[in-house]
Formats: sequence, C-alpha cells, structure tokens
Amino acid sequence: MSETKAIRRDLTNAPSCLKGEGVTRYFHTGKITTKAVDHVDFDFHEGELVSIVGESGSGKTTLSKMLLGLLKETDGKIYFQGKPRDISSRAKLKEYWSGIQAIFQDPFSSFNTFNKIDTVLLDCINMRGGKHLPMEKKTEMMTEACSFVNLKFAELTNKYPFELSGGQMQRLMIARIFLLKPKILLADEPTSMIDACSRATILDMLLQLRDEIGMTVIFITHDIGLAYYISDSIYIMEHGKFVESGPADEVILNPQAPYTKRLISDVPKIHEPWDLSTVG
Amino acid sequence: MKNTLRQVFHSSKFVVGFVIFVAILVTMFVYPLINPGNPLEMIGVGTFARPGTYVSLYDATKTPTETFRLADADDKRLASQLSAEDRVAMVEWFTAAGIDVEGLDISDTDALLDMWRANYDASVKPKGMTNAKRNYYKRLNSAIEQVSAADTLIITDKDAETGELVEQGRVTKTDYVNVGQVTNVKTLPLGTDNFGRDVLKELVSAAGTSIVIGLLAGLVATLIGLTLGLLSGYVGGFVDDIIVFITNLFTVIPGFVLLILISYSIGQEQRGAAVVALVIGLTSWTWTCRSVRSQVISLRNRDHVNLSKLSGHSLVRIILTDILPYIASYVVMAFILQVSSGILAEAQLSLLGLGPKTTEVPTLGLMMNWAMLYSAHTNGSWWAYFPVILTITLISFSLNLMNTGLDQVFNPTLRD
Repeated sequence: MSETKAIRRDLTNAPSCLKGEGVTRYFHTGKITTKAVDHVDFDFHEGELVSIVGESGSGKTTLSKMLLGLLKETDGKIYFQGKPRDISSRAKLKEYWSGIQAIFQDPFSSFNTFNKIDTVLLDCINMRGGKHLPMEKKTEMMTEACSFVNLKFAELTNKYPFELSGGQMQRLMIARIFLLKPKILLADEPTSMIDACSRATILDMLLQLRDEIGMTVIFITHDIGLAYYISDSIYIMEHGKFVESGPADEVILNPQAPYTKRLISDVPKIHEPWDLSTVG
Repeated sequence: MKNTLRQVFHSSKFVVGFVIFVAILVTMFVYPLINPGNPLEMIGVGTFARPGTYVSLYDATKTPTETFRLADADDKRLASQLSAEDRVAMVEWFTAAGIDVEGLDISDTDALLDMWRANYDASVKPKGMTNAKRNYYKRLNSAIEQVSAADTLIITDKDAETGELVEQGRVTKTDYVNVGQVTNVKTLPLGTDNFGRDVLKELVSAAGTSIVIGLLAGLVATLIGLTLGLLSGYVGGFVDDIIVFITNLFTVIPGFVLLILISYSIGQEQRGAAVVALVIGLTSWTWTCRSVRSQVISLRNRDHVNLSKLSGHSLVRIILTDILPYIASYVVMAFILQVSSGILAEAQLSLLGLGPKTTEVPTLGLMMNWAMLYSAHTNGSWWAYFPVILTITLISFSLNLMNTGLDQVFNPTLRD
C-alpha cells in the first residue's frame, strides 16, 4: 500500500497526552435523549497513533468534536497533558487549539470557498506567531509546506479551494498541519471521501508528518483494516461506548467483544468468499 | 464576482426587472433637468385641469393671424357648445310643445339644430313651464343664433380717464393662430392635481422620494434583521432565546398596526420622509431576522466554520468571513423585497393620512391620499391617481421580478 510501512510502537508508558474520564454527550430533541457518547474513558499517550473505530452513528464524530473543544461535554473530565483541560475563555481556547488540530472528513466542505488558498496557509503562520514576518519568509514557509505534500505553491497561489481536486484539498489540509505543528492531530476519516490512489498518498503523508514533528495522531475511521495497518492502539466504539481497547495487535488478532469480531469479519477479503452471515 | 454577475444577467426575468427599474431611475434624474422647478409649485388656480396643451388666450389675441375658411368650423363650434344638458333640455322643449321627437338622436347635432330652428318660437308658452325655464330657452336660442351668425369679437380696453371702451382688436371666426407662435403655451401631459400642481412633475419627484424611502426602510430592516439573525443563529443559547423572543413579539403584533400606531404617535409635524422610512424599517425586519437565523444555524456546524474556529479566528471574523458570504445572495434578495414592501408600506400609510408631512416633498402615497381626499376617483379625474398607481405597480413589479430572477440563479433547485 505504501512505502513507509507503519512500525508499531509500544508507547503505553509514554506520558499521557489526552485523557478522558466518563466523557459523555447527550443530545435532547424534545423528550427523546440520544446518548451520542456515553461515559467513555480513554488515555492517549504522546507520540501514539490511536485509532477510534466504529460504524456510522457510533459517536466517533461527537467524541472528536468534544476532544477539539468545539462541543461541550455533558459530563466527564478531559485531561490535556496530565492537567484538567481549561477552555473556559477564548484566550485559553486559542491556546488549546495551538496544541490540537484537526483534519476533517470532507475536504470539499472544509474550506471557505470565498477565501483563497493563501489565506488558509497564512492564517496558520499567523497563529504560530509569524504575523510580523516579512512576506518573502511567509511565502518560503508556505512553499515548504506545500512541497511537503507534493503540491507546488506557485501553482496554487491566488487560486480558490474549489479549483482543486479532493485529493489536493486534503493534501492542503495536511500542509496546514505541517505549518501549525500541533501536539495532537485529530483526523476524522480523512481518507473516506478520496479515491483509493490518493488515499495511500494521504496516509503516507500523515505518517511522515507524525514522524517529523512527533505528534500524537487520533485517527477516526470506520475501516478496521486501515486502523490495524497504521495504529499503535485501537479503541472500538459501539453506540457511544468503547467496547474494546488496547494495542492494535491485541485487539485485532485476539478480539474479545462480539462487535469487534463482526467488524473484523466484515472487512472485504479478496481471496476468500465474503461472510455475509453477520449482516442484517 | 464577475462570473456571478454574468450569471445574474443571463436571467431574462432579472434583466427585464432591472431594465424597468433603471428606466424609472433614469426618468427620475433626467426629467427634472428637462422640466426644472419645484414639483410642489401650484401653477393652476382651479383643481384637476385635464391633461393637454394649454394656450394663453391673451397671447393668442396678440399673435399674427392667418385666415382659413373651413367648411365644418361652424358645425364643430356648435357641437362643442351644446352641452349634454342643453341637448336634453331641447328635447324636453319639443316634448312640452307637443312636437314629435320620434327617432331623434341627441348626439346628432345637425338633426337636432334643424329641428330646433324649424320649431322654436319664443312666444310659445308650453303648459307648466316656468318663466325661468322659458328664459333659459331664450338664452339657449340666442347662443345658437350667435354661433351661426357671421360674427366678430371685439377686444376692448377701458380708458383709464374717460372710462370709455377703446377697441384694441377684432377676432373673427376665420382667424387662426399658429400654436408654435403663441408666446405662452403650457403642455401638461398629466394635467394638474387638486392643488393645481403639474402631476407629471410631481409624479417624477414623488417616485424618487418613494424609492429613497423604500431603500432607506429596506436598508434599516435588512441591517437590523441581518445583525440579529447572525447573532441569534451563530451565538445561540441565551442570546438566541432573547432575540427569538423579541422577534416573535414583533411577528405576533401585526407590523402594519404597529406602523400605524408609531406613525400616529410621532405626530404630523415630526414625520418627514426619513422618519417614515425609519419607522417602516423598524417594524419590518422580523422575517429577515428569522430566515437569516435559520440559514446561519445550518451553516454554523459546517466543517469550514469549525476549521476557522480551530484557526483561532474571533467571533466577528467568523461571522463576517465564514457565514456572511454564504448567505449574501440571500440577503440581497431579501433586501430587494424589503425595498419593494417599504415603498408599498409608505403608500399604505400615506393613504391613511399617516405618511410624511405634506408640505415638503411629494410621495406616491401622498399623491394617492390627495387624490382620494379631493374625490378624484368620483369626479373622473383619472390623471390624478391612475399614473401614481401605475408607477407604484411598475416599481414593485420590477423589484419583484429582479428578486425572482436572482432566486433562479442562486437557488439551484429552481435552475432549469
């Protein structure tokens, strides 16, 4: 699939980067309460590549929004780098966001179509305190970021995001992360809207970026095969709860929960007939 | 931007509306240059002069004449002098005198006059006819005879010292003047109104004022609605609750009743055109607010807004750069509709006598109000109100057409 095969690492003893206790989010519509995320505990370590795997509607995206601080948790506590997360004011929130960033699922809706590509990248430089750098320096930084993801800045400058292909847009997203260099990257199904060819490239770049700036990657996906391929540890999510978690090899090769077994058996296999007994 | 404009001007509906509106605007600017002066100047002393060209009689007598002998001149003169009442009265006399009027058409002047000349006798005293009525017939008869006679009008002047009449000139029936040579000729394409003002000049000025009122009202309404809608939709929570509460309050109370009450309480003296526009704007922002709010709610959870938040942008910046451009086309459409309804609201208010004060500027609504107060609609002075109605209709038609055109361009489901 890619040249840089992920080397699985055991980082369970590394310091905690993001930790949650009983994190919960309920949605109320009239008298109906939807438990999107229901008392989940997790502990992500520094430098780890964690996958959260679950089917659609299992609460992955809600959890990721809470981790990003875009959504308030109904209950529970989140610890950032060992300390309780404090995002009570805008300044603190901004500070928090310099440490955690995201790549979203749909590159086509991730960009403001009224802003040029330059604006997106310049924002990142400004956020890292590079507001007063000379324009040449900024251009140099943007060129470097683009070349990291195999894009040519000279061809992109003064263009609008909608003039790019989906794969290019998602690579631009990674270039953004390259400029921001956050401690944690939350990738919410970054490859699900992209064709298989670009997918390998994108994943490859994500892994390279992780090695380069040593960040923690929280990878949210419904594809357990992909999760197994790249992750250090895996959390399996079903109906807002983590049903199983642990090092990738342990979870995949020796699954305990029936849901995990089902997910694994659902992975399409090329050389074997499909087992459709678990469907429906 | 360029692309969007090109797309907009491809919509035939928008183009038609735009052309009508621009034509009205151009008229507003060009007509006062051709026909300058105060539109509220009372040029006529009487009320409701008919549309047409007016020739100064005084100047006409001093204009060099040409002599024409036109065969039908006398007949025409008679026909125009015999009013409908006179004709009916003539038939009444025939009946009273016991003359058979079977088959007589009173609009046929020749036949009527032939019968009159053959039968009228001042000494006949039909039964039951009062003296006054008989005298009326005598006057009528002499008027008819005068017209028929080859007569000359003598224009005289009174000598200041002796008090004698001094002949200044003679006018015969065959004298004609060229209208182009008469010194004072006034063309009033739409006549005058009840105050004797030139209706066309007033109308052009009124259309301008009304459009300004509409624009101002639309601007105020759109600004309030947009600001509250953006805040309410994006910030949500408590702010949303309060704004929705206020909006509902304004929605529940009918806007027009509110408008009437506010206009009334301000008082006639304080009500200038701008104040009326402001009042209209302040009562009509609710639905802009509601629709902007719902659009913002659907936008605020989009990924690009989340990304903007993650980039540390401030609330104001997110609203201005990540939300507003996405609803801009919608806001423009709402603005156009607000302008149109602002013009209509002014007309409605003025018709009730709650419009701008009458002494400063004419507005379309005020012209309607004056026409109604002076019973233009019952005495047949159509020129005092019909052109006004047509103008209001054209303005709001063109604006609505532009709106529909824009809707087709920006609303993908309506695109064909």
